[in-house]
Amino acid sequence: MAASTFDEIRGIASDILGVPAESLNASSSPDTIESWDSVQHLNLVLALEEKFGLQLSPEEIEQMKNLGETAKLIEAKLQAAPR
Amino acid sequence: MSGENNPPNLRTEIDKYLGAGAFDRAAMGLRELWRREAGSASASFISARLDRLRDKLPLTKFKLAILRSFTVEPILPLLRADAFAYGIDVEIHVGDFNTYVQEIVDANSSLYKFAPNAVVLAVRAEDIAPDLVRDFADLSSEDASQITERVTRSYEQWVQSFRQHSQSALILHSLEQPSHASLGVLDSQTETSQSGLIRQINRELRRIAGGVRGVYVLDYEALVARYGRTHWHDERKWLMARLPIAADHLLHMAREWMRFLVPLTGRTAKALVVDLDNTLWGGIIGEDGMAGIKVSAEYPGAAFQALQRAMLDLSRRGILLAICSKNNLEDAMEALEKHPGMLVRPKHFAAMRINWNDKAQNLREIAQELNIGVDSLAFLDDNPFEREQVRAALPEVTVIEISTNPLEYGTALRDCPVFERLNLSAEDQQRTVMYAEQRQRSDAEQKFRSKEDFFRYLEQEAELEPVSDLTIARVAQLTQKTNQFNVTTRRYSEAQIAEVANMPAWNVLSIRVRDRFGDHGLVGVAITHDEGEQCEIDTFLLSCRVIGRTVETALLAHIAKNAAERGRKRLIGWFLPTKKNAPARDFYSQNGFVQQETNESGTLWGLDLKTSALRSPDWIKLNLAENANAR
Repeated sequence: MAASTFDEIRGIASDILGVPAESLNASSSPDTIESWDSVQHLNLVLALEEKFGLQLSPEEIEQMKNLGETAKLIEAKLQAAPR
Repeated sequence: MSGENNPPNLRTEIDKYLGAGAFDRAAMGLRELWRREAGSASASFISARLDRLRDKLPLTKFKLAILRSFTVEPILPLLRADAFAYGIDVEIHVGDFNTYVQEIVDANSSLYKFAPNAVVLAVRAEDIAPDLVRDFADLSSEDASQITERVTRSYEQWVQSFRQHSQSALILHSLEQPSHASLGVLDSQTETSQSGLIRQINRELRRIAGGVRGVYVLDYEALVARYGRTHWHDERKWLMARLPIAADHLLHMAREWMRFLVPLTGRTAKALVVDLDNTLWGGIIGEDGMAGIKVSAEYPGAAFQALQRAMLDLSRRGILLAICSKNNLEDAMEALEKHPGMLVRPKHFAAMRINWNDKAQNLREIAQELNIGVDSLAFLDDNPFEREQVRAALPEVTVIEISTNPLEYGTALRDCPVFERLNLSAEDQQRTVMYAEQRQRSDAEQKFRSKEDFFRYLEQEAELEPVSDLTIARVAQLTQKTNQFNVTTRRYSEAQIAEVANMPAWNVLSIRVRDRFGDHGLVGVAITHDEGEQCEIDTFLLSCRVIGRTVETALLAHIAKNAAERGRKRLIGWFLPTKKNAPARDFYSQNGFVQQETNESGTLWGLDLKTSALRSPDWIKLNLAENANAR
């Protein structure tokens, strides 16, 4: 289950950031991906909210330091309120 | 369908096609991706690929400027992707936050430099009337109504100013109601309350838009209500990023803009073609029979009534309805004619193909019969296989994507932007009726061995009447737009018609035709003038709806008879050929006229009224209207 959520998030990030999914891993972050700026960060948040049917608070958005952290956060939220 | 069921290689495939320069295949792939999982992620993917595709495909270019008081950027990829699905390439200019006033009033602003085809003014009530929304409790009723007036006047000035600088379309978002009125339930007790005043501004917006051509209102308040105000909003995103709309609804905002973009680009459908079994009714008529199919006021038949109601709404909007279905004709017709639950009946359909042929071929025939392009058809079918086949064979047809839940069919139609219209004429509203009557006529015609038998069966009645105040607009319009059965193709304005009608030697006659199938309305005009012993036909035209049914002979015979009664000896008339009026070329010779004169512009025909055998066919009943208003 964990792998599939991460894969799904990686696919979404690939669409939003315009980079191949294969080039993304758990440590991919705004520091390692050039196109990952604040505008794309908002777009990523919106795409995640829409795909997983949840809402992220400003504090949670802060926690999204890299894709691995993002996946952990989403999984925790999904477990608390399964889609 | 959600993302995880999607073949992960669709994106890879698209990029492969793009790399190989197979742009059509890439475009098909992108549209499929959008059908499967329309959303923010796929929109970003599609939008990025569009930049490489847009010049390689025959897309309608459209420049949209968005003036706004909130963040719209995350909506733009969604708009671009959705527009692409309808063959539109949108280029978007977004104004800075809350600079819309400067952009509108300054003739040199970046807005006008962009030269948009349309401008959206997306302004929130909080920004244009903050006191009305946030500080309502502090306002006296005088203050509040002054604010309302101020806001209305501002809009009025902006619209005026905009029209001075640009002829583009202007789309005004209506103002949204607060989710909780400042005074609670007390607010609902008077009309001068907070919600009442916002309603008043919205009413004024409609009035302003109604008064200026090309200015429209987008009912933002109704849009939010449709999806639910508490769900629509995301207060955290508003405070964080000035984005008031929740992630789930960004697509709905984009699609609401599309309802304007599609009619503005002319990428609309003129006809909706529907399947029957499990689309128009539940079940299969050939197997379940009349008693077994589901269409009624109760579940599950109610879903199909809801779809039929949506179809009737489209029909009132001037969109033709047609059937394309694999069935035995008798079974299907029995249900269409007699099933008590059906709301649409054969008379609502302008064309029908109920047979076992390929649907793409049937759609081509329907387009031909209705005299519209295949790209003007929209197709609704519950069977994904049929939809896919039509998409592959006729990519220009709008194939409406529906789920397997019939309760959503009606909404799918109502959501589809190809049926949107920005204005409506009386003729649009009558169109379906006229097409359906026309179809009944051609069906009937095939049943008769001789034309004469058919004409007798038709029971045509023609009403002849001198032009009056009531008919002058239609008479002028007919001279301006009739191209085929028109002997001289002389175009007249209303004022010119009025002028000649007032001259004693001139007669302007209109003809209205009716038969057992329905009323054709006012469909013909004849203008004559007497000079010495001759009467000359200046104009003789009939709408192509009625030609070939001997109405033209009846009208000509009437003119000849009247001219003879006034003491004229000859009836003469020019035929001036154009590229389009071949149907009228032999009209005079067929009615016993002889050639008198020919020059480079045409031929003059003449008829000796004493020896003429020209008579009105006895199967047409002529009514001569005594008209008090006659000019």
